[in-house]
Amino acid sequence: MQSFEYRQARSPEGAIANAGEKTRFIAGGTTLVDLMKLDVERPASVIDINGLPLDRIEVSPDGGLKIGAMVRNSDLAWNANVRQRYAVLSEALLSGASPQLRNMATTGGNLLQRTRCYYFRDTNYKCNKREPGSGCSAIDGFHRIHAVLGGSEHCIATHPSDMAVAMMALEATVHTRGAKGERSIPLNDFYLLPGSTPDSENVLEPGELITHVTLPPLPQSTRSHYLKLRDRASYEFALASAAVVIRTSGGRIEFARVALGGVGTKPWRSREAEQELHGHEANERIFRAAAEAALKPAKPLRDNAFKVELAKRVIVRALENTTQTA
Amino acid sequence: MSKPSDSETSEQENTGSRPLFGKFSRRSFLSQLGVAGLAATTAPLAHAAPAAPQAEAETAAAAVPGAAPVALKVNGQTHKLMLEPRVTLLDALREHLQLFGAKKGCDHGQCGACTVHVNGRRVNSCLSFAIMHQADEITTVEGLAQNGELHPIQAAFIEHDGYQCGYCTSGQIMSAVALLKEPIGKEDHDVREAMSGNICRCGAYNNIVAAVQHVRRSA
Repeated sequence: MQSFEYRQARSPEGAIANAGEKTRFIAGGTTLVDLMKLDVERPASVIDINGLPLDRIEVSPDGGLKIGAMVRNSDLAWNANVRQRYAVLSEALLSGASPQLRNMATTGGNLLQRTRCYYFRDTNYKCNKREPGSGCSAIDGFHRIHAVLGGSEHCIATHPSDMAVAMMALEATVHTRGAKGERSIPLNDFYLLPGSTPDSENVLEPGELITHVTLPPLPQSTRSHYLKLRDRASYEFALASAAVVIRTSGGRIEFARVALGGVGTKPWRSREAEQELHGHEANERIFRAAAEAALKPAKPLRDNAFKVELAKRVIVRALENTTQTA
Repeated sequence: MSKPSDSETSEQENTGSRPLFGKFSRRSFLSQLGVAGLAATTAPLAHAAPAAPQAEAETAAAAVPGAAPVALKVNGQTHKLMLEPRVTLLDALREHLQLFGAKKGCDHGQCGACTVHVNGRRVNSCLSFAIMHQADEITTVEGLAQNGELHPIQAAFIEHDGYQCGYCTSGQIMSAVALLKEPIGKEDHDVREAMSGNICRCGAYNNIVAAVQHVRRSA
């Protein structure tokens, strides 16, 4: 691992003021330390933000939830408010990583997780995300775990987070502080598609710090659910997952949000699926139509073509699970 | 990764050549076996030093460039070390404090062999820098037994034969002890899910679940 200068931040202002182009903020460290050991991340300076007072979960005045960037994944998953009102978020968090990692990983850090693409993680291979312009080893290589939605000829790496998929379906907002002041960014606008610049993954500027995430209140009797499919029963990244937020009345769908994990180059909100569902009777036929619509833009390659059908089925099953118990 | 600290190697140099199977601790025996297996071999062996006394370990790394003073409270005892910021908590425990209970398996948070408690919560010590833990209470498997009495989870692992080779065992035990205080369900499958961050290549899972459930049911 390359050596670095280490500082502890006493305040968000201090963290931002001391951050340069080659600075990384460190919270739980579960992504950053891993990638520093692989020489994929080589920060010249690391600012420890564990001392910042951003570790609270509060009900906001509008009845939504305000989640500090330093709230640990396990604390967020077990929070009574989250379990009762935002089940999809609790389920997504508990399906991610392991208990040890969830005790370390934070809300802000989880949003900034880097891809699990094997070629990104191995400096012996070409990777446009790690080294812009070097090429993509995944497109011509083994790409079973890679994205079928949102890819480009430069990158097909999936975003690995489960939490972010749930937050996408919950229409979360990311709040930041940087040299230019504070910003509130809808999560939907936070992530960038790879296009020709896969090294740019989100709209954060260098030195900009995530301070908290807010969730809007959900209408009464809204149900939500996260379903994750993977190669083993636990402790594995998604091959395909679905986050569903839905409200039905008299069997008719009044409100639906659908987001997908494991198949997109970013946490993937599917407005196409939502449009299919809205106003219709909740039944398997319409769920399947929504799934077909969601995967219509899919561009599968040789090894990941199975994900198209897998993603459709995870959408249908998640919708069934959520509406059957209603 | 950074090179391991000088504490072990400098100790080794002082001891000079060491007979291959002379007086040994369990650790030196295992590491000698490993090296001998690779290349039928000559002493001295780089990693064969027995556990150095703590006082020596705490001064030996002082000359490393870029090192900063780091105070770590481990198993109730505060240790003052000189560490580079890139030294992980796991390496600080093993290479600087000679606490070899937490194991280095994958070194990337994928196996759980390095599991320790920080302020009572289980974490992967390989994915955290030691310098970040100066205000924390760290507990390793060495700190579980109290007044010569094994922790009930340790006793249950023995009773239920919850291991084969033993490499993952301290991580399994640290996870299992932490799990007792976590809001998880009562069933075996709940324990399996809660223990999924600890991989056992020997496949002692059934006995591990039995050991954990034994303690949970008798609590």
